[in-house]
Amino acid sequence: MIRFRRAPRVPRLTTRMSPRDLVSEALGGLLQRPGRSALTSLGTVLGVGTFVAVLGLTATTSAQIDSTFNALTATEVTVEDTGGGDADDVPLSFPDDAQQRVEKLHGVEHAGVYWQVGLEGREDDTVRATLTGDAGDGERGASVVAADPGLLGAVEPTLREGRLFGAWHSEHRQPVAVLGAGLASRLGITSLENAPAVHIGGRAFTVVGILDDVERQTSLLLSVIVPRTTAEDIWGPPDDSSRAKMLVSTDVGAARQIADELPVALDPAHQDRFGAVPPPDPKALRSSVSNDLGQLFLLLACVCLVIGAVGIANTTLVAVLERTPEIGLRRALGARGIHVTGQFLTESAVLGLLGGLVGASVGTLVVVGVAVAQHWTAVVEPLTVATAPAAGMLTGLLAGVYPAWRAARIQPVEALRR
Amino acid sequence: MTEPGPAPEGATAPPPPPVIEFHGVGLTYPGPPPVPALLPCDLTVLTGDYVTVVGPSGSGKSTFLNIAGLLDRPTSGRYLLDGVDTGAVGDAGRTALRGRRIGFVFQSFHLLPHRSALENVTLALLYNGTPRGQRLALAREALERVGLGHRLDAVPSRLSGGERQRVAIARAVVARPSLLLCDEPTGNLDTVTAESVLSLLDQLHGEGMTLLVITHDREVAARGRRTVTIRDGVLREREQQHEESGVRT
Ligand SMILES: Nc1ncnc2c1ncn2[C@@H]1O[C@H](COP(=O)(O)OP(=O)(O)OP(=O)(O)O)[C@@H](O)[C@H]1O
Ligand SMILES: [Mg+2]
Repeated sequence: MIRFRRAPRVPRLTTRMSPRDLVSEALGGLLQRPGRSALTSLGTVLGVGTFVAVLGLTATTSAQIDSTFNALTATEVTVEDTGGGDADDVPLSFPDDAQQRVEKLHGVEHAGVYWQVGLEGREDDTVRATLTGDAGDGERGASVVAADPGLLGAVEPTLREGRLFGAWHSEHRQPVAVLGAGLASRLGITSLENAPAVHIGGRAFTVVGILDDVERQTSLLLSVIVPRTTAEDIWGPPDDSSRAKMLVSTDVGAARQIADELPVALDPAHQDRFGAVPPPDPKALRSSVSNDLGQLFLLLACVCLVIGAVGIANTTLVAVLERTPEIGLRRALGARGIHVTGQFLTESAVLGLLGGLVGASVGTLVVVGVAVAQHWTAVVEPLTVATAPAAGMLTGLLAGVYPAWRAARIQPVEALRR
Repeated sequence: MTEPGPAPEGATAPPPPPVIEFHGVGLTYPGPPPVPALLPCDLTVLTGDYVTVVGPSGSGKSTFLNIAGLLDRPTSGRYLLDGVDTGAVGDAGRTALRGRRIGFVFQSFHLLPHRSALENVTLALLYNGTPRGQRLALAREALERVGLGHRLDAVPSRLSGGERQRVAIARAVVARPSLLLCDEPTGNLDTVTAESVLSLLDQLHGEGMTLLVITHDREVAARGRRTVTIRDGVLREREQQHEESGVRT
């Protein structure tokens, strides 16, 4: 045995490397070949970009559906007068008591037939207010709507003044009218105090109410609405160009069922003359978006990510083999295997992170671009954008595992022999 | 193995332990077939020594250097570096010892491409616990010492062979190791450039650095205070006067 008089200086036998050093070494390694690094992360850019774009577009379309498809549309059924095979002979398929027949159905709140009265081509095609006086003045082309009283209920109106016409007016074919707020102000009718009248094609109608707002059929705000019976008396059944329709408001959840029953209720003998349009099924609508396109694209995004990972793995592996002398040198300079592993893992993770960041930006831009083109509101979940770079980094990290492991196994002696 | 270590010369103060102490150190590469690249040998290198190693190609010089540099473990014997039994420390410990106590200079320089001279030298301080803030200053100082104070930011591809090797030497000494191992440091250089590198090694020796230089060149070998020969894996110390006569011719 050999003994020393003095105990040898015992060194601190560990080597440490700060995360900061690790990252700056990794960046140094990546910046050695910036072009290659950029190309390597392209797969991740595509993968993450597709992910963000798909999730963003799904969120955007869902929001779009939500905004158009609210509770109101879910409780609305429109019946079209198609006339079946006798459209030319039957200008109006709805029976006179259509409202009563439909409102008997379970789950119906209001129902009413309506159509646009065509004044064009008639001797006097204006709508005028008496108060504004002279004959030349008046609204040409103002919309005149003939309607069952039930329609006024179905559109869920807010009255500014007066009241709606009712069953009695309809039954007795009264010359009464309800004005939409927009048309009322255009005609200069601001109040009902002086019992104003409107002249429609020369016929006087007493204004009984002014609509401030409606939940459905907002075009009514620019119209004058008269009882359908009165209109039929004066102008006859609807023109071919604007056949009658029926608006039915229902209880929540009843709409589709009612849509099925309506043709029978209206005219059992001529069901084919009616086309009931139920509200779209919101679930079906939404899932059609996320199922068909969304899942396909998500799959595509996964494929892109895998390709991206393989790309990173491949390049990192090539880099490891290429940089074998460097690895040997680092080992000679005191780097442990784990430092080498760490460096290559960090390099691939940084590549993935950069790919993820760029991908998230590109994906977001795609969503915004599509939304702008479609006049939609772009919706991108913050969580999606926040996790996208992390997903890229994870991809890079996983891709780097094998190359980094290989790098750590390179024996310094072998590496330096090169 | 029963021989005592070299007798301490100082009477009062205990001298520092030798930098290298080989006791029957040998290495046989496991085959098949097994290659006895270095037969068990004894060698002591004291602090401040300048030892050159000569021998024909394939004789085991690099093998010897790899063992001395803790890059390879001997298959027999005991190796004490600065008095620390390197056989008793684990891989992490050997790596740490290597990073702090040993500087390497290679025939092919082994500089990182795309990194400036300064960054290349800084690399030697990365793994031995030198605080970040001090690294640049130390590296600059080391480069100035090898006469490259004006080429700090040059990348290796813009440096001449001699300059590259001097960057490598700066990197090897920047961490103030106790031992500088050079494997054919002038092997890739022409005579004039080689001279500048060799005089730099002389200068380091003059400053007290312990040097172990492998060479093919007799003239290079002659610059050492001691020369050992390896032939077919057998390490032998050569007589000094023999060498000096060689230089004179
Ligand atoms: N990993 C290894 N496995 C098996 N044999 C090896 C290995 N490394 C080296 N050798 C053999 O060991 C012997 C010594 O090799 P070494 O590299 O030490 O020679 P050298 O003296 O440095 O030669 P040169 O002057 O050409 O560099 C050679 O015969 C070589 O073939
Ligand atoms: Mg050799």
